[in-house]
Amino acid sequence: MLRFLIRRVLIALPTIILISIFVFSLQKLLPGDPLLILAGEERDPEVLEFLREKYRLNDPIPVQYLAWIGSALQGDLGTSLRTNQPVTELMAQKLPVTIQLAVMSMIFALVIGIPAGILSAVKKGTVTDYVANVVALSGLSIPNFWLGIMLILLVSVKWQLLPASGYVPLSEDFWQSIRTMLMPSFVLGTALAATLMRHTRSAMLGVLSADYVRTARAKGLSERVVILKHSFRNALTPIVTLTALLFGELIAGAVLTEQIFTIPGFGKLVVDAVFNRDYAVVQGIVLVTAVGFIFMNLLADMMYFVLNPRLREQ
Amino acid sequence: MVLSNLTLRFKGQENDVVQDVSLRVRRGEILCVVGESGCGKSVTSMAIMGLLPKSATQISSGRMQISSDEWHLVTDRLPAALRGNEVAMIFQEPMTSLNPAFRIGDQIAEVVQRHRGGSRSAALDRAEVMLQRVGIANPTQRLREYPHQLSGGMRQRVMIAMALANDPQILIADEPTTALDVTIQTQILDLIGDLRDETGMGTIMITHDLGVVAEIADTVAVMYGGQIVEQGPVEEVFRNPQHPYTIGLMSAMPRLDRPGERLAIVPGTVPTISNMPDGCRFRTRCAFATSHCATRPQLTDVAPEHGVACHYVPLEKHVVVSA
Repeated sequence: MLRFLIRRVLIALPTIILISIFVFSLQKLLPGDPLLILAGEERDPEVLEFLREKYRLNDPIPVQYLAWIGSALQGDLGTSLRTNQPVTELMAQKLPVTIQLAVMSMIFALVIGIPAGILSAVKKGTVTDYVANVVALSGLSIPNFWLGIMLILLVSVKWQLLPASGYVPLSEDFWQSIRTMLMPSFVLGTALAATLMRHTRSAMLGVLSADYVRTARAKGLSERVVILKHSFRNALTPIVTLTALLFGELIAGAVLTEQIFTIPGFGKLVVDAVFNRDYAVVQGIVLVTAVGFIFMNLLADMMYFVLNPRLREQ
Repeated sequence: MVLSNLTLRFKGQENDVVQDVSLRVRRGEILCVVGESGCGKSVTSMAIMGLLPKSATQISSGRMQISSDEWHLVTDRLPAALRGNEVAMIFQEPMTSLNPAFRIGDQIAEVVQRHRGGSRSAALDRAEVMLQRVGIANPTQRLREYPHQLSGGMRQRVMIAMALANDPQILIADEPTTALDVTIQTQILDLIGDLRDETGMGTIMITHDLGVVAEIADTVAVMYGGQIVEQGPVEEVFRNPQHPYTIGLMSAMPRLDRPGERLAIVPGTVPTISNMPDGCRFRTRCAFATSHCATRPQLTDVAPEHGVACHYVPLEKHVVVSA
């Protein structure tokens, strides 16, 4: 298992390097000059030249890249061109928000998606199956921003049950923090639940006709044990993969949902940075997100070992 | 165990896949149900076990009796409390019949705990005893292994250990040796025979292999197109086959005492279930069929306990065999 993991990490390394090069060069290709934004009304060529030197914008691009990746490896992702804050500090402020949102959304997605998927697979071709599919399809097709606005309208404005927007850190007021995050994570979670439900359903359908499921029935086990233990356990592999990938996506931020509920997360940070040509911030975020994604994949790979005994001895 | 008049069809189909099938197994007896693929032998075994999905099958008649308990299969299935307990089953595909995600010890212990209760460690002890009994070396170590670590023959032994863990009265074996190497086949058959002698369980063995029948069976039921065409004690049926289909099957079997002889074949193929003729279902392939065969022949005894479903029994009285 250790050898497998080391191999996976080694494979992941070139991926990360490629991504960093890609992100870096893509930024350079974008039209617009960050200095003009930074300098504001200032148009004095000497000042601009000074700033160019300061941010090493006159160096050849490979040199710029090496300088950037060198300090990134030391935990320094540069400073924001706009606010002069270190990028790591900016991200450290947003990361807890985004992670809380991601975890809560994932819980919604799993709690809704997996039981619905199992149910519609077991009741294949019945009314339950069709209803679950229609609901899932709606979950996929209803835009998040619309669902978010409708929820705010009903739950916050009309019934006044939950706060409409904002963010309270967990450390400040635990329950209030959960309450404010409920609606946005529900909105994000339902969309993911639909995807999860479809995959759970097809994985379960594949497993339910397996010979060992018939064996489990021949043992006189209850339908509950047959489905939840003998079948679901074997359907887990694709579900785990999907969950890891979806979680990676959540970490990357949910721009629209964050915007609607005015949550100060990653999504908002990156969009603002793109508009402001805030190179250092965009590069930092994309790099961290990519590494997060790869990490989630590694985690999924490790889960396979737990799930599939056949892998363990190779 | 007695199964009487089982008739069932798959929903959405016109014809019965199993028609009026009755079987009887006594304690310590091995009954072989033999026939070509698609003759309904596996479906019959699944029906006995109560494993046919209710949503896809429709049982229109049938009764089952084990010891003093009796069910109408039309309304009831074999209760889950008896499955894996009083009646156990092993399958054709040992490679895929064990759950790949769990240790074999736990899979055996599960069925013990399900029906006998008790602690997990007691159940695991029982599993170990069972592995030993089915001839698996190092049972203590094997308990902790996963199915993929075992060969096909070993997996079938594990399946047998699992099936017999609760000392069932009836073992249903659906082609248990078909997927195995010839040498392993014999070992498994011997094992089933030995365990039968030890426990006195009744066994229903589904097979298409007359060699298996000759080796292990006490009684045999020959099925064709979902009907039993001939049944009786195995020596009697082999010595004096009466139904044209049985005769065809027997002459299609290679024999060591007649080397070099061309094998006879039963002409044609089994009609699909929707194309099954009325009456005797074998009549489209039968050399002796007449218009009379459009009515269904009943099983009639030609000798004690030897029943044949053919209008022309005993055959030698009705037809002149040209040499």
